Amino acid sequence: MNRSELLKELNEIFVDVLDTDGLVINEQTTAKDVDEWDSLNHIQLVVAIEKHFKIRFTSQEIQNWNNVGEMLNSISAKLN
Amino acid sequence: MKVFSELKKNLKNDFSNLKPIKVALLGDTATQLLKLSLRGMGFDYGFDLQIWEADFNQIERQVFDPTSELYEFNPELIVVFQSSHKLLEKYNKLHPQDYYNLAENRLKLIDNLYLEIKTKLNTKIIYYNYPEINDSIFGNYANKVEQSFVFQLRKLNYELMVYAARYPNFNICDISSIQNQAGKSGMFQTSVYINTEMVLSIDVLPLIAAGTVDIIASMYGKFNKCLILDLDNTMWGGIIGDDGLENIQLGGLGIGKAFTEFQYWIKKLKNRGIIIAVCSKNTESVAKEPFEKHPDTVLLLDDIAVFIANWENKADNIRQIQSILNIGFDSMVFLDDNPFERNMVRENIPSITVPELPVDPANYLEYLYTLNLFETASFSDEDSERTKQYQTEAKRATLQTSYTNEDDFLKSLSMLSLVEPFNKFNTPRVAQLSQRSNQFNLRTVRYSDADIELLSLSNDYYTFAFTLEDKFGDNGLICAVILHKENNEVLFIDTWFMSCRVLKRGMENFVLNTIVSYARENGFKILKGEYIPTAKNDMVKDHYRNLNFQEKGNFFVLATDIYEAKKSYITLKNYEIKY
Repeated sequence: MNRSELLKELNEIFVDVLDTDGLVINEQTTAKDVDEWDSLNHIQLVVAIEKHFKIRFTSQEIQNWNNVGEMLNSISAKLN
Repeated sequence: MKVFSELKKNLKNDFSNLKPIKVALLGDTATQLLKLSLRGMGFDYGFDLQIWEADFNQIERQVFDPTSELYEFNPELIVVFQSSHKLLEKYNKLHPQDYYNLAENRLKLIDNLYLEIKTKLNTKIIYYNYPEINDSIFGNYANKVEQSFVFQLRKLNYELMVYAARYPNFNICDISSIQNQAGKSGMFQTSVYINTEMVLSIDVLPLIAAGTVDIIASMYGKFNKCLILDLDNTMWGGIIGDDGLENIQLGGLGIGKAFTEFQYWIKKLKNRGIIIAVCSKNTESVAKEPFEKHPDTVLLLDDIAVFIANWENKADNIRQIQSILNIGFDSMVFLDDNPFERNMVRENIPSITVPELPVDPANYLEYLYTLNLFETASFSDEDSERTKQYQTEAKRATLQTSYTNEDDFLKSLSMLSLVEPFNKFNTPRVAQLSQRSNQFNLRTVRYSDADIELLSLSNDYYTFAFTLEDKFGDNGLICAVILHKENNEVLFIDTWFMSCRVLKRGMENFVLNTIVSYARENGFKILKGEYIPTAKNDMVKDHYRNLNFQEKGNFFVLATDIYEAKKSYITLKNYEIKY
């Protein structure tokens, strides 16, 4: 799966979990940019991403992401 | 069952037509997502759960401070979740010589919490028990070591049951059982815990919410009362009409075992007071044969309150069962191995519960166990007699057809009623009736055993419990009235409910004669009644009008001095009502 396909799938997960139709994320998007992306919703995002891609993140990884791009890096690394 | 994200979506729905209940949530871990799950699940059950959630780890502070937000909120229910995780944390910090006292000290705290709440609020507690954490310090040997965490946790769970059996307003939500179902890794997700302090995984939240709301629903009168079963390939393997008695699979080795165990489950439900009915596409005599003649049958015809076997469609038959039993469709469960029949009944009778069944009958029980179909908020001795009651009712109905004159029929029954104030013996049944009665219920006030006890001790309330028996049998306690002394002249009818089993017997007249008599003897001039409409009690909207009360604003009044006793063929069984 290439990067842009990955981003698209991740975007869908964001829309579903945060319940925000029309939300568009990009590599630079951070939690500050999205109202609904708070710490409680963050863990729901993580769990949904793990389920969708059938991967598991370590606690360390979850705490280290600064933006969507870094999330994509982690996901990508686990898929390849 | 819905997943968490679907429950969350419920939160955006319109809650305005649902029954509002104020619920406080106290936890020693992060409970925000639990709160959302409870409210979301409540919607699907028809409740507007208005949840106030205490701040993180504030249980003692909220309960022991009389000025706390908990008491300001004044909830009807309090959900208390003290986690196994925090219990283990506490254990870990103890000096080893104190390990022995972990369970006892936790129970003392729970007792203090409960007693403190009881002095300030008239509320029910739902307390979550403790899912196991086996910290593997002793291996299996932990079972022999009283100071091990495993030993103390299991002791705590056992003592909680003893405590709950003693205190009617203290209820346990068995999340330990939910962990058995979900598995430990299903229940607890380390990434969730590390990042949010929540000890419940996202996946298990709906199960916990369902378990909690099952309890709440049963407290508010929504629970299943009746199990309707198909026969072929549901109660035994094979088709009785084709295979004959010798070839159906029941008992013995192999798949017959599964059906035997299933029948034992149904038998236990019957003994517990669930009404068992049969709805089968068969010739009646053929369908009855296994219950009469099969050597391995567990269920007997005697266990079945209504037996319908014919070639009509099942929705019509179920409607007939409903009219005989006179309970709501929404308190019935229908089990049938045939998906076509299940879908047909679901479409035609939307409010009945029709679970799917696994294709393999060997899996029926395991699956049904997980559905928690028969939650209840009460259990009394009369429950075990319920099936016999409905069978006796069928006999009365047959007798009635032989009389053209209703008065003669009623006279022929030789009816007697025992009238007593609420006491230790009738309290569980009175409370249970208050929770179950939906149709013949003037004000639909629900009472727990503890509430009834308080009423029976109060000088401002006069309580009446009525039984009804006739030459066919004893219906037991079927009606209760609670009168509240408003002032020296006026008695307000706070509560009047009756089991639908005894309609059209003239009980209403007998009850009114009794309470007017009592009012007169004690100098009260006015009996005042009220009808509070609900979705289910339309049948009593003219109750007071029919009894010749006068309408006065939102109430109905009756002058006791000019009252003439109404016709009734019921005789008082006790010679005086002892007060």
